[in-house]
Amino acid sequence: MTIPAQFYLILAAVLFFIGVFGFFTRRNLISLLISTELMLNAVDINFAVFNAYSHPEHLEGFFFTMFGIGIAAAETAVAIAIIINVFRNAKSIHIKNLLDLKH
Amino acid sequence: MEMSTNLLIFSGLALLMAAAAIAAVTTSRIMRAVTYLLFVLFGTAGLYFMLHYTFLGAVQIIVYAGGIVVLFIFAALLIGKGIIDVTHTSKLRYLAGVLASMSGLAIALYLIVNTTFITDKFTTDGVPMTVVGSALMGTAKHNYVLTFEVLSILLLACMVGAIMIARKK
Repeated sequence: MTIPAQFYLILAAVLFFIGVFGFFTRRNLISLLISTELMLNAVDINFAVFNAYSHPEHLEGFFFTMFGIGIAAAETAVAIAIIINVFRNAKSIHIKNLLDLKH
Repeated sequence: MEMSTNLLIFSGLALLMAAAAIAAVTTSRIMRAVTYLLFVLFGTAGLYFMLHYTFLGAVQIIVYAGGIVVLFIFAALLIGKGIIDVTHTSKLRYLAGVLASMSGLAIALYLIVNTTFITDKFTTDGVPMTVVGSALMGTAKHNYVLTFEVLSILLLACMVGAIMIARKK
């Protein structure tokens, strides 16, 4: 007897929407990136759970999670490079000060 | 007996992850937010171990907890003083955020609870390392060598791009 798959899915949904909440309310580029990581992480949990509970004979979800982790690493590296560059040019990473791309 | 132990471990992990995630999006100090994110990532690795995907758990700890969190700490320390003022926006926007995430969560929970998933095939066998390796490097059906190679080129391009963007002029 094991834990029902729904428990994992509920936990992943809760984590995802905590990330959404952070994305809406945070005003700082690094905090926004942390919220994005929370959302990506929740999606990865869903892939692994569906693979383990519905199709353990194939490994699609397993490898989707693995490649998702790799792409998250790439995305974070580039995003942090961009944030550092923005900070160097604008002297701030608070969103309300970053209006140069607006016009 | 086994069920109750599993359930105990799962509830502990779930509570830790939810609490750490809420703390990560509400704390005003960026270093604390990164540390709470680290707890969430470790909890996710624990979930993968509970699914008997030990390789995935190891990848999660190495890449996410070991790599990405270090990048965050690096950025936080490099940017330094400009980063401490993590402030929330106006009350209206805060309420809008609460409303949007709560309604989204309600819809997702409703769907999860009211849908019948075919989830009776769970085994505790896990995935042997040889299966992972041959699927990752094989060229047959349900093998992923092309994705693996594309991902490695993407990582290389990201590395070069990140250095180009972030270096001093």
